[in-house]
Amino acid sequence: MATKVSTTKGWKIGDREFHSRLLLGTGKYPSVSMMRAALEASGAEIVTVALRRVDLTGGKDPQADMLEEIDAEKVLVLANTSGAMNAEEAVRLARLAVAAGLPKWIKLEIHPDPRYLLPDPIETLRATEILVKEGFTILPYIQADPVLAKRLEEAGAATVMPLGAPIGSNRGVETRAMIEIIIEQATVPVIVDAGLGAPSHAAEALEMGADAVLINTAIAVAEDPVGMAKAFRMGVEAGRRAYESGLGPTSRMAAATSPLTGFLDE
Amino acid sequence: MSGVPGDPLEGLPFARSRAVERFEELMFGAIRLEELAEQARKETRKNFGRTMRLFAPLYLSNECLNSCTYCGFSKENPIRRVTLTPEEVEVEAKHLSGVGFRNLLLVSGEHPREVPVSYLVETVRRTVDFFPSVAIEVAPLKSEEYRQIVGAGAEGLVLYQESYDRAAYAEMHVSGPKRNFDERLGGPERGYEAGFRRIGLGVLVGLADWRRELVALAAHVSHLMKVGWRAQVTLALPRLRPAAGGFQPRVAMSDRDFVRAICAFRVTFPQAGIVLSTREPAKLRDGLMELGVTMMSAGSETEPGGYTGVGKGRLHRTVRGREVALEASEWEGAEATEQFEVSDGRSAEELSLVLRQRGLDPVWKDWDRALAE
Repeated sequence: MATKVSTTKGWKIGDREFHSRLLLGTGKYPSVSMMRAALEASGAEIVTVALRRVDLTGGKDPQADMLEEIDAEKVLVLANTSGAMNAEEAVRLARLAVAAGLPKWIKLEIHPDPRYLLPDPIETLRATEILVKEGFTILPYIQADPVLAKRLEEAGAATVMPLGAPIGSNRGVETRAMIEIIIEQATVPVIVDAGLGAPSHAAEALEMGADAVLINTAIAVAEDPVGMAKAFRMGVEAGRRAYESGLGPTSRMAAATSPLTGFLDE
Repeated sequence: MSGVPGDPLEGLPFARSRAVERFEELMFGAIRLEELAEQARKETRKNFGRTMRLFAPLYLSNECLNSCTYCGFSKENPIRRVTLTPEEVEVEAKHLSGVGFRNLLLVSGEHPREVPVSYLVETVRRTVDFFPSVAIEVAPLKSEEYRQIVGAGAEGLVLYQESYDRAAYAEMHVSGPKRNFDERLGGPERGYEAGFRRIGLGVLVGLADWRRELVALAAHVSHLMKVGWRAQVTLALPRLRPAAGGFQPRVAMSDRDFVRAICAFRVTFPQAGIVLSTREPAKLRDGLMELGVTMMSAGSETEPGGYTGVGKGRLHRTVRGREVALEASEWEGAEATEQFEVSDGRSAEELSLVLRQRGLDPVWKDWDRALAE
């Protein structure tokens, strides 16, 4: 008899509840219609959109109309500050986003280096402090730095989003040791962001106890983005279910027999 | 490295970094082009996704004090010249914005009297109202001058060295301020320090032995990425085309070598932007869309007033530094003379269609003024 598979538990950012633990980025897709199809297949309830790609003047520029393709009733549009090099620029972008009618939720990305897009911890903390005071819900993208994660929590960040590996690198959870500490210490959701290249990487992050993952490149540049979105959805669900079910302890060696103490059972 | 005569970095303040060695290996080593192209395609996708940034050049002036053997704007060429007024620049900019562009490149010859820094500042100020992203491609300026232009809202600086070979450079740049090789070479770093966020480097392929030029460009890119770590570095390898003055490229580079160079740069510098202009023919541009190129222009006009016809009433020639009126018979249908012949004449709309057919999303807006005010 087939038993009904129960869904995994929901989770919250601030007061808002979500069921999907997969967040999607919207860059790098071959077309906006493909992006929308992948988004639907992924079941994601939160999508990030780079503010530099959209019209912030309120003029609905048809040459920058990505937001038109996203159903804001179904998913939360999380504006990101990609391109900002310092706290001032990120704060300015966040305020413009709200003025342009976007939700007061910001994925804070401050990377002065345009090549590896690695986040600046000092500017990120400063911007978080400013924006939290202004009533924003802030999700900061950070290095996998446990101390910084705690400092951001104290500053009022709604989540922390440590990187698994450099953005777009598809290398997986290379910062595993530090992310384990962040998860252990966190009182806000931990979303592993950046560098996850395969559904197995997403599953790994969820198995570790991360609350969610954010995926962009791995889905957007896949031969079949819709198929890959489904695969990540399954990877995330598998990882979360495994976490909730309690994974067995791991060991480097097989433990089937006990050659040294077996005589005790004879 | 085999195939490169002499030391391409001789006399240049750039280190032979690992990146340079990697570039030489890919460009001149045994790897098959098809295999290199596959690597380049993967790197482009990974770093830039399935997208193509589009931009348009807007020529402000074809007045120039320099005499350069390869350039249509060269001082002694008896071409039809004009400098657009800031109001006319605005008309051209509005037109390009209407076509769909959101990324503008302001281009000008070098003429401190006709095209002073205050004029450049003014044109930037007027165009940032229509364009989230404005870059300049003008003669090298002093740090303070760059700061003024950044202050007016420009975020990109394009300054090609033309040639990294000092001997060829001296030979090609016969007279004028452009003869100063080192002033030009230091321009990108001055621009970076002045606050430009995107910096474009390049060589004009055809002036000297291109094998040496490419290695030198790789070293310059590598150097700028280290000292200018906050800047997005882009690069270009425009192959010279015939221009007014009867110039014919000296050292030809085959299409095959050109494609190989684009691929080798992509794999060496996975995150560098690579720009491909309308100098190259449509077939080659289409082929390169997936192999490393990340920025393309389309529907380009390379003369001042070329998009809307503004400035026509003031056309003149310059003879020994003096303005000379056009003959009465010359006015009929006259336009300013272009810098080079465009090879790919497709409009922005046509190019967008081709991009979409190839599964690439044309990206018009990729920057916002709020990022650098």
